[in-house]
Amino acid sequence: MTAIDSKPEETPGLDESHGSDTPFQAHHFDTPIQQYESVKLGMWLFLGTEILFFGALFALYTILRANDPELFSYASQYLNTILGGINTAVLILSSLSMAAAVHFAQRGRKTLMLISLWLTLFGAAGFLGIKYFEYEHKIHVNLNWGPSFYYPVDAAEAAAVGEDGQVSTVQDENARAAADESALLSAERSTSLPDVPEPRLAPMPPTDAVSMAQSAIGPGGLSAVKPEEKIKAERAAAGEVTYSDKPHLEDQDLPVNTHRFFAIYYAMTGLHGIHVVVGMVMIGWLILRGTKGHFDNRYYAPVDLGGLYWHVVDLVWIFLFPLFYLIH
Amino acid sequence: MDNYLTWTKGVASWVFTLDHKRIGVMYLLGVLVSFLVGGIFALIIRTELIAPGQTIIEPETYNIMFTLHGAVMVFLVIIPSIPGSLGNFVLPIMLGAKDVAFPRLNLFSFHLWIIGAVFTVLALLFGGFDTGWTFYTPYSTKTELGGVVPVIFGVFILGFSSIFTGLNFIVTVHKMRPKGMTWFRMPLFLWALYATALIQILATPVLAITLMLVGLERVFQIGIFDPAMGGDPVLFQHFFWFYSHPAVYIMILPAMGIISELISVHSHRHIFGYTFIAYSSVAIAVFSFLVWGHHMFTSGQSALMNTIFSAITFSVAVPSAIKVFNWLATLYKGSIALNTAMLYALGFIFLFTIGGLTGIYLGTLNVDVHLHDTYFVVAHFHYVMMGSALIAFIGGLHHWWPKMFGRMFDETLGRIAFVLVFVGFNVTFFTQFMLGSHGMPRRYYDYQPEFASYHLISTIGSYVMAAGFFLTAAYLLHSLFFGRKAPANPWGGRSLEWQCTSPPPHDNFKVTPSVGDCYDFRAVHWSEEEQGYVVIRDEESANLPPAH
Amino acid sequence: MASRAHAQHRTDDTHPIVGHLVPMSTLVWTTLALLVLTILTVAVRYIDVGEFNIVIAIGIAVLKATLVALFFMHLWWDRPFNQIVFVACISFVVLLIALTVIDTKQNAPTLYTGNPARVQEVLDAKAPEAPITKQTGLSSPG
Repeated sequence: MTAIDSKPEETPGLDESHGSDTPFQAHHFDTPIQQYESVKLGMWLFLGTEILFFGALFALYTILRANDPELFSYASQYLNTILGGINTAVLILSSLSMAAAVHFAQRGRKTLMLISLWLTLFGAAGFLGIKYFEYEHKIHVNLNWGPSFYYPVDAAEAAAVGEDGQVSTVQDENARAAADESALLSAERSTSLPDVPEPRLAPMPPTDAVSMAQSAIGPGGLSAVKPEEKIKAERAAAGEVTYSDKPHLEDQDLPVNTHRFFAIYYAMTGLHGIHVVVGMVMIGWLILRGTKGHFDNRYYAPVDLGGLYWHVVDLVWIFLFPLFYLIH
Repeated sequence: MDNYLTWTKGVASWVFTLDHKRIGVMYLLGVLVSFLVGGIFALIIRTELIAPGQTIIEPETYNIMFTLHGAVMVFLVIIPSIPGSLGNFVLPIMLGAKDVAFPRLNLFSFHLWIIGAVFTVLALLFGGFDTGWTFYTPYSTKTELGGVVPVIFGVFILGFSSIFTGLNFIVTVHKMRPKGMTWFRMPLFLWALYATALIQILATPVLAITLMLVGLERVFQIGIFDPAMGGDPVLFQHFFWFYSHPAVYIMILPAMGIISELISVHSHRHIFGYTFIAYSSVAIAVFSFLVWGHHMFTSGQSALMNTIFSAITFSVAVPSAIKVFNWLATLYKGSIALNTAMLYALGFIFLFTIGGLTGIYLGTLNVDVHLHDTYFVVAHFHYVMMGSALIAFIGGLHHWWPKMFGRMFDETLGRIAFVLVFVGFNVTFFTQFMLGSHGMPRRYYDYQPEFASYHLISTIGSYVMAAGFFLTAAYLLHSLFFGRKAPANPWGGRSLEWQCTSPPPHDNFKVTPSVGDCYDFRAVHWSEEEQGYVVIRDEESANLPPAH
Repeated sequence: MASRAHAQHRTDDTHPIVGHLVPMSTLVWTTLALLVLTILTVAVRYIDVGEFNIVIAIGIAVLKATLVALFFMHLWWDRPFNQIVFVACISFVVLLIALTVIDTKQNAPTLYTGNPARVQEVLDAKAPEAPITKQTGLSSPG
């Protein structure tokens, strides 16, 4: 790549009109200022996409919370506010050291810049370390996303369910929602009582099991639908674990679908965590280049852009912290 | 003759090139191959539907076929077609720049496109997917076919390819314009690409995250979209269309930009209403974010939002109509040359008008309840996506083909192929308007005998259209090796790309070009010696009265 | 052409050629403000002000984000278009949130299919006479 890349710079008559101030000026830019402003605008546009990337998740969060506020105020108590607060402070301080790194890079202070970058890297590692303990604890007590929030149906219980070998969580409730309303209501109230013997759900009628696929394809007869027996046999062969609808949390006040809170919690903090990891790789790269002496007060754009990225990571966390940890 | 094609040799010099022209050509190759693949899927679908009952494939295969046709055509062909290939090739030259702002990012974006395409193909090996290109939940989280996760990952990557292309174009237009190239001297194609890039940047991330959530839902059952786990499938549709409606404008806006160029150049007439066309591009880009709910009128969306989205949908007609009227006004009293490219441009106006007006039908709430998920919708979006976006792409390809490869193609064959494509297209899809209004649902494998004659006509039309495209492929390939050498300016264009040689040199311009009004054709004269047009700059032409 | 922020200081060792140098004192003061706001937002969590808890929490978060964007990210001194990009992207997020929330709130009763007791509660509380009470967990087209 570099061999092809470097050829234009050797082409006579192409680059002579302007003397490059730094060895890192690309051939198609006329001046270092044009290059700096271009990369800066490019970075801001990229950060814009990052904002929209997280923005969709924030939208998801808002909708879930607007429709199930009590779910959020209930489940939020399982998050550790102190650890979250410490992590917020760690990220803010690492943002300061990142801003300081840019400051020193602009002034051409190589050693101070490198120290600041190292501090930022330690901050990022500290953040992830604390995050690891949080995740580790939650997964240990089964505060999970999806079906694993609930107890698995062991072999005996699965047999008791009958011939229905499907992943059976709360999905049957939907089938029943279409059924008799009053029967539904009483059945539903019973599900919130922890001492009701497992499993409470009736086996799903065969027609319902395939209705989803059918409705998406069309009315019966127009397209062949995979037989119910075949689906069951495949699931069993794949050795899938099936789950009951009994949560690990022994709490009578547990709202329905509490697993959704943890789903969105893991999705948002997880995606943020991935960005922290990417940020660490980037800071590491900056340290490497800084050590080689690539940056000075004429050319420091990578540090600047890295700083912008790192601040966006901080910015997202600034919203995640109150939205998850500080629900009254 | 040293040009960008012969500048360096070897496969690596192409695969790892940083030259926007070579990247554009590679995109073109990729897009055309994908178009062939998607087209073959389409022919299989049409052949299956030629008569009621099973004709050539199983129902399950049929579901996979129409899904692949949609996914390949949308994500691999139409979205990258104009920005990726023609845009990459033409944008910096039109602007008078040496390259796009970030050549490495440009190459990276192409490599991402390749990876995304590979994952889409891999999905077939994992058993295919039959969700439709829209991946609607809960079906996409439940279907037994194993190709869903690979294709979601592929589309996720393709999304980033699209984002990086858009980012590159915005920065290039902002920061790489040479002296004299002001915003309102830019060719309208650049305005269109700029507006497209805005959408790519703002909308695509939402699709990426939504597909990621569908993947998580499928693998971990996180309960966001799946109602069985307490999720909300309508929410998926909101998120999906927040991207995918603007994505429709990612397809059509650059097409409109191409048409502005083609109409003006081939009728040798100053574009009418330059600022209106320029601003309407940006207006469409903004409106495109406010109408996504019109895909969801019958999905359980609330009555309030249905009304709001329907009302805003109508308002999109305004900037679209501004463009159409301005093109017609440009043609008025022009000296129209019915070159192949111009025929495609005129075809575009016809087809886009039909496609756009039927969009108004579908944007009307009560009408949509009747027409939703019928062949009427299929015909409508084929008129817009294929009849408009792809026809403009093919037209633009003919327009810039001599510039890209330095060879002239056979105009007579080009016109014959256009007639085949145009007639075939209308026979195929106009019939489907009738099918839909009579109640034929889309995506069905089988149908009642009363629809049989329509389906038969539609299938015959698709064969005619396919013949047109194969003829096009034949004479374009032929021209690469046996075509007449192209002059620098075969059509009489005035924008900067016609001032450099065909094909352009590696660094685009030997001397920095002078920027003028790129729609002022008075100084453009035919030269027998060059067998092309030349711009004669003299004292008189500098003092001519305004062009219109 | 360059904005006020981009006055050039050539070859002065303590200043960059391009961009704007933010003094360390500004950065430190910003950090202190952010930390104080963090403590404040945690403190407010334990005070019950009803609906305003979320408003205050979001308000403080917005304030903190603004500080980060303006001073850490140099947006205060940056070119206008970069500021527009930032604000425009946030507006589009707000647009997405606003329209989807309006829609799901309109449809709220039908969302509680997993929780019929709650459906009944919402229906009884909000629209006891409305025809929508005839629906049980199944959505209707509007």
